[in-house]
Amino acid sequence: MSLIDVENLTLQFKTDEGLITAVDNVSFSLAPGEVMGLVGESGSGKSVTAKSLMKLNPGNAVYAPESRITLHLDSGPVDVMSLKRPRDMEVVRGGAVSMIFQEPMASFAPAMTIGSQMVEQLLIHTDMSKAQARELSVEMLDRVGIADASTRFGQYAFEMSGGMRQRAMIAMALSTKPKLLIADEPTTALDVTIQAQVIDLMKDLVDEFGMGIIFITHDLGVVAQTADKVAVMYLGKMIEQGPVREVIRTPSHPYTQGLIDALPQLDDLDKPLMPVPGDIPSPLERPEGCVFHTRCTKIIGDVCRTTVPSWADTGESHRAACHLCHQGHRA
Amino acid sequence: MSETHLIETHNLSVGFPVGGKIFNKRVLKAVNQVSLSIPQGSFFGVVGESGSGKTTFGRALLNAVPITDGTARYDDGEVSYDLGKLAGSDLKEYRRRAQLIFQDPYAALSPRMTVRDIIAEPLEVMGLCNSREEVDERVREIAGLCRLNLEHLRRFPHAFSGGQRQRISIARALVSKPRFVVADESVAALDVSIQADILNLLKSLQDEMGLTYLFISHDLSVVAHTCDHVAVMYLGEIMESAPTRQLFRAPRHPYTKALFSAIPSLDPDDRGNAQKLEGEIPSPTNRPSGCQFHTRCPFAIDLCRQEEPQMETSETGHSVTCHRWRELQSAG
Repeated sequence: MSLIDVENLTLQFKTDEGLITAVDNVSFSLAPGEVMGLVGESGSGKSVTAKSLMKLNPGNAVYAPESRITLHLDSGPVDVMSLKRPRDMEVVRGGAVSMIFQEPMASFAPAMTIGSQMVEQLLIHTDMSKAQARELSVEMLDRVGIADASTRFGQYAFEMSGGMRQRAMIAMALSTKPKLLIADEPTTALDVTIQAQVIDLMKDLVDEFGMGIIFITHDLGVVAQTADKVAVMYLGKMIEQGPVREVIRTPSHPYTQGLIDALPQLDDLDKPLMPVPGDIPSPLERPEGCVFHTRCTKIIGDVCRTTVPSWADTGESHRAACHLCHQGHRA
Repeated sequence: MSETHLIETHNLSVGFPVGGKIFNKRVLKAVNQVSLSIPQGSFFGVVGESGSGKTTFGRALLNAVPITDGTARYDDGEVSYDLGKLAGSDLKEYRRRAQLIFQDPYAALSPRMTVRDIIAEPLEVMGLCNSREEVDERVREIAGLCRLNLEHLRRFPHAFSGGQRQRISIARALVSKPRFVVADESVAALDVSIQADILNLLKSLQDEMGLTYLFISHDLSVVAHTCDHVAVMYLGEIMESAPTRQLFRAPRHPYTKALFSAIPSLDPDDRGNAQKLEGEIPSPTNRPSGCQFHTRCPFAIDLCRQEEPQMETSETGHSVTCHRWRELQSAG
């Protein structure tokens, strides 16, 4: 059984310039213990999609009525869209779902110690006593590889290095034993050596706790190292979904292929870097038809400019929203 | 030597005073005894983690931070300067010849100026043109080279995407026709699809304008693809420096090897069997004794803790600062 089902998620923002479609008809599901990589450039809507799972988007967000997000908990299914009051949201926010953010410096309160922030959330979401919460927090800090955890517990965020802060963030997110962890670019602000440590840590923790992870990143290398399956987004649309090996080795959508070709790779230094031509269009001027057609090098005709492509199966649980794939071709 | 060097540093150090005015006074050495030569016309890469001093090194070469010790020379065949002692008209002339491209194209451009004014500003500040027509002509010429649409010159930066903005800041850096350009993490804030485009642009501009780049980056794969010579920095010192292909084919320093193995592989079946580096980069106010890297090095012995290794350079131009590299090389 799946852990979370997202169906036809559509989200628009009301702005002075008009309605901006940030997420357009996105559907996916995730099983417990599964890691899904959500890949896309900036402005592709990957963070907004993830935040919708906890309804963390700002007040000007408008969810389309057909959007469905169902979280399957031990106590039964929860319809996230129907939760209105902040009190009801507590089941989801910080309870069943935790989130790790990109910039750990900005995510900790600067005037509270790391420890008091960890204890605070445990007191809200569990029936632990303060002493138990403290004990568990120190244990979690130790578990994520922070040396001298009881001293670190009493320190402030500015006293820690970037890698250590991100570890503390992970410890905090996992201490409530969430069913689903959303990691929004958790390693982007870190150095490669520290990134490798954090990726290893997250893999160990999945094995140990068995939660589902949605791993948002723009780095295909990080996805290849962590995810079981991949979803690629472009301009608010999901354009390819599939198992990680298939998507990276034999991408179906021309955009995914373009992302891989643009990536500098170490095993072939002579390979020229191939940029995806043009820039990502403004969300105010979403192209008609296939959203990618303005930058696509494999346009097959007017159908790309006029008709929104539906999903085409290109392998076992591997599919792409592309007219080319409907004709039996691949990118 | 057949090659001419545009920049040559000898034991270059940059320190910043930290702590109290009288008590507890310490010096943070951001760059420590760096000796490097940057050949004319090269695409010279500097890689390292944050806190390795790569940005400070680049700034010292631009005379944007004071050099505390050692020397740096600039010689482009027409003029030659000692960068530690630049002043007056020499400094002005050096500012024209050495330019910087910033990391974040969103923060580097003034939102209140049009693209034309942004690109023209260096010309006006340095008084390089005599008339407005001449300025306009230079701006149009450089905008064309940087593949900017001439209609865009009248617009403001907010109308542009990250890639276009970075092309604007490149145009601004190059409008004074510099010889030496420091590109400090110039593609780090860009998406991969745009990043490749900017890298290709930097390459083609190098051919057209005869530039020498100091390309500062934390991304080894980007450096491998663009640079022809790479120096690896750690805690303000050069650990290893070599022509790109040599360095990537046969790295000698344990730190370089660890950096390579930390790059996430694009192959999903090649997961985490590489040797990982433990710990973090120490604070430069509290430098380790001996080899700077010994606190994280899996091969450290007592010698490494006590004695500072000297840089050894082989005939192929491959330099390495490690006591044990020969041993480790032969041990495989």
